[in-house]
Amino acid sequence: MQRLLAWVDARFPLTATWKAHLSEYYAPKNFNFWYYFGSLALLVLVIQIVTGIFLTMHYKPDANLAFASVEYIMRDVPYGWLIRYAHSTGASAFFIVVYLHMFRALLYGSHRKPRELIWILGVLIYLALMAEAFFGYLLPWGQMSYWGAQVIVNLFATIPIIGEDLSIWIRGDYVVSDATLNRFFAFHVIALPLVLLGLIAAHIVALHEVGSNNPDGVEIKKHKDEQGRPLDGIPFHPYYTVKDILGVVVFLIVFTAILFFAPEMGGYFLEANNFIPADPLKTPEHIAPVWYFTPYYAILRAVPPMFGSQFPGVLAMGIAVLIFFLLPWLDRSPVKSIRYRGPKYKIALTLFVIAFIGLGILGILPATELYTWIARVLTVVYFAFFLLMPWYTKNDSHKPEPERVTAK
Amino acid sequence: MSDMAVDNSKRRFLVAVSSTVGGVAAVGAALPFVFSMSPSARALAAGAPVEVDLSKIEPGMKVDVEWRGKPVWVVHRTPEMLALLPKHDDKLSDPKSENTAQQPKYCQNPTRSIKPEYFVVIGICTHLGCSPTYRADIGAADLGADWPGGWFCPCHGSRFDMAARVFKGSPAPTNLVVPPHKYLSETKVLIGEDQASA
Repeated sequence: MQRLLAWVDARFPLTATWKAHLSEYYAPKNFNFWYYFGSLALLVLVIQIVTGIFLTMHYKPDANLAFASVEYIMRDVPYGWLIRYAHSTGASAFFIVVYLHMFRALLYGSHRKPRELIWILGVLIYLALMAEAFFGYLLPWGQMSYWGAQVIVNLFATIPIIGEDLSIWIRGDYVVSDATLNRFFAFHVIALPLVLLGLIAAHIVALHEVGSNNPDGVEIKKHKDEQGRPLDGIPFHPYYTVKDILGVVVFLIVFTAILFFAPEMGGYFLEANNFIPADPLKTPEHIAPVWYFTPYYAILRAVPPMFGSQFPGVLAMGIAVLIFFLLPWLDRSPVKSIRYRGPKYKIALTLFVIAFIGLGILGILPATELYTWIARVLTVVYFAFFLLMPWYTKNDSHKPEPERVTAK
Repeated sequence: MSDMAVDNSKRRFLVAVSSTVGGVAAVGAALPFVFSMSPSARALAAGAPVEVDLSKIEPGMKVDVEWRGKPVWVVHRTPEMLALLPKHDDKLSDPKSENTAQQPKYCQNPTRSIKPEYFVVIGICTHLGCSPTYRADIGAADLGADWPGGWFCPCHGSRFDMAARVFKGSPAPTNLVVPPHKYLSETKVLIGEDQASA
C-alpha cells in the first residue's frame, strides 16, 4: 500500500494535494455556526449533479414531450418522484445555503482584502447559479416555466436598439418555443454545470491560497509557530471535516423532511401553475418567479417605466445583482468583523436584511399600489446599503481588533 | 544553437502578430456557433402569413390565431364599443398612436385598424410579454365603473382599451402592437403581410 502510494506520488501530487487542502490546510480554530454553509453548498451541488444525471435519463427536451416526460418520471419511473423532488428541493436549498454563506461574508468581512478575488469568484458562482436555476425552470414546460422564461427573456428585449434582436437570438424563435427549450436544456445540463464547477474550484483554490477568514476578522497567519503553522489554526481534516459532518447531518434531516413531507413547499419551491402544461396563448392569472428571484423581481416592478421604456427597471434589477462585485471596495471600515464594528454598520446591515427579505415577500405578492410603494422604499434601502457604504463604514466608531482570535 | 543576442523587439512583434491572428481566428470560429442560435429556417417558415375568415366572428367576440408563434387577436367590435373609444383619450399614454413602431402606417388612426369594426392586434403585453385577458364587459366590477372594455394584463396589471391603447399608470410603456395585415376580400384578412400603401 505504502509502495503504491509512493508510485502514485512520483507521478501525481496525491499526498501533496491531500495535505495542501485538507490535512495540512490550517483553518482558524474559532469557526462558528455561520461556517457550515460553504461545505453545505458543496453537498447540495453533489445532490444536484447526481439527481440531475438520473433525471436526464428519463427527461425529453422537446416541447411536445417535456411536460409528459416529467409526469412520467413522477409516476412511472421507479423512485423517479424521489429523484425529481430531491432535484427541485435541492434548487431551493442551494439558494438558502448560498444566501446564508453570503450573509456570513457580510457579518465577518470575508470579502475584504486579501479575499477580494474569492468574493468575486463567489459572486460569479451566484450569477451562474441564477442562470442555471432559470434555465432549469423552463424544462418541466409548465405554465410558470413558459411564462417565466417569456418574461425573463423579454427583459433583454428592453435593452435599447439591440434588445429585440438579442431576445430573438436567445430564444431562437419569435416566442419561447421548442428551440428555446432545447437550448436551455443544453445550457442547464452541460454548459453551466461546467462553468459552475470551474468557478467553484477557483473559489476554493483562491480561499486556500490566502486562508479562511474567521468571526474575529483577524489574520491567523500573523502569528505562526516554529514550523510556520498558524498558532490559531487547526488542520481542516480531521477537525473541520468532523464539524461539517454534523452540519451535513442536520441539513439532511431538514432537507429530507421537506423532500418527503412538503416537496412543493406550499407552492414556493414548485409553483402550482407549473402543474399545467405550457400554453403559449394563455398567460396564468398571477405570475411570480420562484422565491429566490423575488427580491430582484420586486425591484424590477418597483421602478416605473421611463421615456416609454421598461429598461430602467431592468437596469436597476441588473445593477442590484452586479453591485455585489464592488463590495470589497465599498467597505472602508478599518476592521472586518461585525464584532468590532460600530452601530452604523450594524444598523445598515439590519436594514439591508429587512429590505432583501421584504422585497422577496413583495415579489411573490401581486403588485398593488401600496405594495409598489413599499417596494420602492425597500429598493432605495437596498441600494443605499451599497452606495452609502464608503461613508458610513469610514465614519463608524469601532472597537480595537484583538491580536489573536478570541475562541478559548 | 546560435550565439546571437536575443532580439526582444522581434519576439514581441511575433507574439503580438500571432496573438492577433489567433484572436481573429478564434472569433471567426465562434461565429458559426453564435449564428446557430438564431431562428432556424423552420422557425422562420412558421412566421408565414396566416389567413383569417372574419365572417365567423360574432359581434363583440374575439378569436385567437397564431402567427410566428404569437397569439394574434381578431376582434369584431360592436358599434357600442367603437362609440366608447374616443371618450377616454385623456387617460391614455398614446391616444393618437404617435409611436409609429406600434402599428403599420395604415392603422395609425383612432380605431387602430383598417376597418373600424375588425381589430387585429398581437396579444402580447408590451411590458414583459404576458398575454392580457380580454375584458369586454363594460364597467366590470373589479376594473372600475368607468372601465370601457378592453384588455387587462394579469401579470403586472397593465390596462388597454378596445383599440389596445395603454392606459396611463400601467407598467406597459406602449400600446399593443398591430401586426401588418391586409384584406384579401371583404371577409378574409391575411396577417403578416402589409397591404399596398393606401
